[in-house]
Order: sequence, then structure tokens, then C-alpha cells
Amino acid sequence: MAALSIRALSKRYANLEVLKGIDLDIESGEFTVLVGPSGCGKSTLLNIIAGLDLPSSGTVEIGGRVVNDIPPKDRDIAMVFQSYALYPSMTVRQNITFGMECRHVAKAEQEKALANVARLLQIEPLLGRKPSQLSGGQRQRVAMGRALVRDPLLFLFDEPLSNLDAKLRVEMRMEIKRLHQRIGATIVYVTHDQIEAMTMATRIAVMHRGVVQQFADPDTVYRYPANLFVARFMGSPPMNTMPARLEADASGPVVVIGAGRPDEVRLRLGQYDAAAPFVGRDVVVGIRPECIAEGSRVFSADPPVVVNAPVEMVEPTGAETIVLLRLGGEPALARITPDIRPTPGAAAPFALDTRRICLFDPETERLIA
Amino acid sequence: MTIAVSTTPGRPAASDWVRRLPEYLTIWVPLLMSAAHLIAFTLWTIWISFTPSTLVPVSGWVGLRNYSAVAASRNWQIALDNLLLFGSAFVLLSLASGLILAILLDQRIRGENLLRSIFLYPLAVSFVVTGTVWSWLLNPGLGIQKLVRDLGWISFRFDWLIDRDMAIWTIVIAAIWQSSGFAMALFLAGLRSVDADLIKAAQIDGAGPIRMYRRVILPTLWPITITVIVIQLQFAISTFDLVRALTNGGPGIATQLPALVVYDLMFQRSLLGRGAAAAVLMLLILLAVLLPYAAWRYVQRRRAIHA
Repeated sequence: MAALSIRALSKRYANLEVLKGIDLDIESGEFTVLVGPSGCGKSTLLNIIAGLDLPSSGTVEIGGRVVNDIPPKDRDIAMVFQSYALYPSMTVRQNITFGMECRHVAKAEQEKALANVARLLQIEPLLGRKPSQLSGGQRQRVAMGRALVRDPLLFLFDEPLSNLDAKLRVEMRMEIKRLHQRIGATIVYVTHDQIEAMTMATRIAVMHRGVVQQFADPDTVYRYPANLFVARFMGSPPMNTMPARLEADASGPVVVIGAGRPDEVRLRLGQYDAAAPFVGRDVVVGIRPECIAEGSRVFSADPPVVVNAPVEMVEPTGAETIVLLRLGGEPALARITPDIRPTPGAAAPFALDTRRICLFDPETERLIA
Repeated sequence: MTIAVSTTPGRPAASDWVRRLPEYLTIWVPLLMSAAHLIAFTLWTIWISFTPSTLVPVSGWVGLRNYSAVAASRNWQIALDNLLLFGSAFVLLSLASGLILAILLDQRIRGENLLRSIFLYPLAVSFVVTGTVWSWLLNPGLGIQKLVRDLGWISFRFDWLIDRDMAIWTIVIAAIWQSSGFAMALFLAGLRSVDADLIKAAQIDGAGPIRMYRRVILPTLWPITITVIVIQLQFAISTFDLVRALTNGGPGIATQLPALVVYDLMFQRSLLGRGAAAAVLMLLILLAVLLPYAAWRYVQRRRAIHA
């Protein structure tokens, strides 16, 4: 059963169209991440799902029921906010039971639900405290407790980790993911952080300018980005995208970066049937930084593709070395092993994984193959 | 910029001082002058309150005799009773009306800016004007009573202004008219600064408007409430011009307030020592309000730093 269906949803503020015909179907138990740069409409979409904002057109269905005219409290949802939005004058206990109090749940039942959630999130010792007496991570937990205690059809998370420091963010990320695996809840999670999207989601909806650019599982989004925006948004560092020319010889298609230059790079492609109509035309080639490595790396491509390329800059991160180099005159980033530090200004050999090259149509910016 | 200049090597320190001279002059000179006046005259008044001064200040020592005389006088006792009634009624009612106005204005209504200005406008009017206008409005032969009677309701009575027991309430009415807009402005600012997510969370939790205000929004306003209470209380304690223009303490001495007693003793009966004693007593009442408030502010600030 679809836990959440969004049909042809649009939102306009005066002349500004924030959401342009969104269609999404989210299955029960899925962890869907809405990701995109600020202003892409992801938070507006979440607010509309919650009923805190109204769509200009289109419908929202939760659990098979159209909820457009149903107020937030009756939508069977729970929401976790970026600012946590804990009621400052109430204790942790009151914060968690406030929703049940509003819904006139019996006291004994409230206590039982509270005890369950407190145990699940290990916040029992905090129940008597006020939010001002809690650390950022504890507040986050309480905010999740307030959502969990409702046991809703749908959990909505609005950038819940943005206010935490880097270390705590990684911890809470894992904790939320673990929680999802344990209770199997349906979650819609908004973030601008593509790493959160990649690590937690079962499916990612990449949004840009009020449109869902791609809605797929993380591997597909990463491996086959639907267009140049997704290619450049997902991944850190992002995918290298370079203008190139697609040619073909007897043994198949060849993509040429910097065609005609003395240092042009010719990359033979394997299974790229979909690229056939583009032979002889300009394309944009996309190569993930991890598909460019030191010359000795074996990518099990047959035969290995190694090019000599000038190195412009070297950034050691500890776990790896990021190298800015030029392929056929175009800048590209490579991730190589940490113990190799090529000299900037000189050329060095780089191995390329040609099996994972993406081709985009330069006009529509869509993925060709 | 200051830092950049003062750290320039080789620049003499004296020029820095010269450059900042206007700053020192504009801040410190007026500050020192007003502080000196405040402290000097306060000390002088305290000293006078222990002397047998009447028409002119004289030296001498009468101990607490002025204080006991003031405290025993019927005038002062009525003034204190009135202050208690006027102070609490005025503070509570202006708080309530300010809050209600703020909540109503917060409903994103049309013409909010206009209404806000209208409600805030009385604050810009001098208390003497407020007092005078209300003395006309409340005058039975001139104001509201006459208006209603002229409309045909002959038996209508609204003569609190000349009623011994009710006259103090006319001061409450005028004072509320004057300052509930001020409370409204502070409360409205508080309501507008409530985290929008907090309201969204309460909406999802299913809180209706009453529960939303009572449990979620209003509790965030209590620091503002305390500030409003203290400001209104210190106004109530030092009220002079409003009463002077509205009832002049009358009928009889029914609406006497401490500041009027001070004025009466000092300038009408020429009992400078007793007037000073009454003034010092007023100061003590004021301190009884302000010192706990200062302590509370200090604790709040400490807590904010440590949080």
C-alpha cells in the first residue's frame, strides 16, 4: 500500500511557483529523503504533506485517504523539526505526552506509551527536565520521542540534524537509520545534505527549482544520475562533467574530451547502446572522482585505461588524496590513494574506470547512457 | 576599525585618545552629570528628611520624627491604600487588556499597522493631557453621563469622578487607556518572536487555539510579562501628573497617592522635612519593586551565559 501519494501538486506564492507538478508515491516502510539545495521547494513540500501549508493544486493522499481538507492533527502524521520545537515551558515528559493530552488519551495509556518511547530512545533519566537543561543531541532525541509516541502512519523530518555539530550529526544519522530498521516506520526526511540522503534513504527524491529531478534508490541516483543537476549535486566531491564529442570506430563508441587538441583524451566505451544516436555529436561526459585513480590502480577494465594528465593541485584528506587535474584541457577531480602525492605542475599517470562513465545530452542535460 | 587603527605600529597612543575625545565627551559628561544630580539630590533629600526643615532647609537632627509623622498621617495612609488598590488594579488590568489586544492583533488581521498605531498612540500623550481629557469625559455634567442622558436615558448615572469610593477607579481607567498600548506592543513583539516551528508542532499535536495559547505560546511570554509588570508598577508608584490633572487627589483626599502627599507637604504646607521623608518612603517602595527585578535579570543573564 502506498503510505503517501502526491499527485500533480503545485504551489504558487503570488507570481512565484515554488512547486511545479510534483508526483511521488511512497510505499509503506520506506525511508524517503527529499534532498536539494535551499529554495528547491523541499520544505514547502513537507509542510504541505503535514498540512501546515496548502497546495495551490493537486492532491496529497496519506494511507489511501485524500487529506487536502484534513487538518494536520488528523492526518496521522508526526513531525520532527530542525529547531526541535520542544515546548520550552514543559518538561520532557509533558513534551512527549502533550499530543496525547490534546487527543484526550487516557492517563494510563499515556504513561505506557511514554515509558515505551523513553526506553527505546534511552531518555528515561531526562523525563523530568526542561528542554533548556538538555544538550543538542538530547533535545533531538526528545523531539523524536514526541514523534514516535504517536505511532503515526507517516513520520516527517525537517532537516533534523542541521543544528548538530559534525560528530553528533554522524551519530544521530546512524541512530535514526537504526530506528527506522527497528520499527519499520514510513519516513519522509528533508535535508540539503546529500550525504544524509545517500546514507539513510531507501529512496531519494532529488529536487531542484520545484521539480523532482530524480526519484530512485541511492545507488541508482549515484550511478545513473537522471540529469546534470543530479550528477553535480550528489556526491562529494561531485561528478566531473566535461564537454566532449562522441565518435565511433569499428569496435564501438569512443568519447573524446578536448577533441582536436594535442592532449585529447579518447575513452572507449563498452556497453553504451543508448549512445548510438549521439555518435558524431557533442555530449557531456560525467566521470565520478573515484573513477579516476593513480596509474597503478586496476579497475578490471579490459584493457586498463591509463592517461597522462597534468596535475594542478593536490589536497590530501588523510583517507585519500584529491587531485585536480586536466583531461583534454578540462578540469577534473580524482580520488587517489593517500600515500601518492603527485607534484602540481607536472604530469602523472591516471587510471580511469570507463565502465562507469555517464553521458548527458548537452541540450536537455538528460542522461543518455 | 578601531582595532585596526590602534594596532598600527608606531602610532602614538595619545592620538587615539584625542580621536576618541568626542566619544568620551558625549557619553561620559552627560552620564556623570545626571548621575551626580541623581545621587546628590537623593542624598540631599535623605538628609533633609532627618532635619526639622519647614519652609527652608535647615540643619539639625530630629531622627525619625518626620517619618513617624508622615506614617501616622491619615493622608499618607489613604495614599498607601490607594496605591495598593490602584497599583494592583492598574497593573493587572493593563496587562490583561494589553495581552488581549496583542492576541487579537496577532491574528494577521487587515489594518494591523493602523490599529497598532491607534492603540499605541495614548502613550505619546502627556499624562496631564490624559488626565484633563478624562476629567472632562468622566465629569457627570459634561461627559459620558451627559451624553447618555441626552440620548434619552434620563436615569443613567456615571459619576465615579465625584464618588468618594469609586473615584480611584477613574484613575485606573485613564491609566489603562494610556498604557495598555505599551503592554500590547511588548506582548505583540513577544508573540511574533515565538518560533514558528513551535506553533507547527503544536498544530500537529492537535492543540486547539486556546490550548495553543495557554500551554505553548503564553508560557514563552513570561519574561516580557515581568518586564511589563515592573515598568507599570514603577509608573504606578510614581504617578503624579495623571491624578493631579484628573482628580487632584479628590474628592476630598479620596484619590490621594504618595507623590501627591509629597507635593502637598513640600510645596503647599511648607513642611520640607516631612515631604522629604515621604519622598524617601516612596523611594523605598520603588526599590522594593526594582531590586528583586534587578536580581532576577542578573540571574537570567547568568543562566543565559552558562546555557
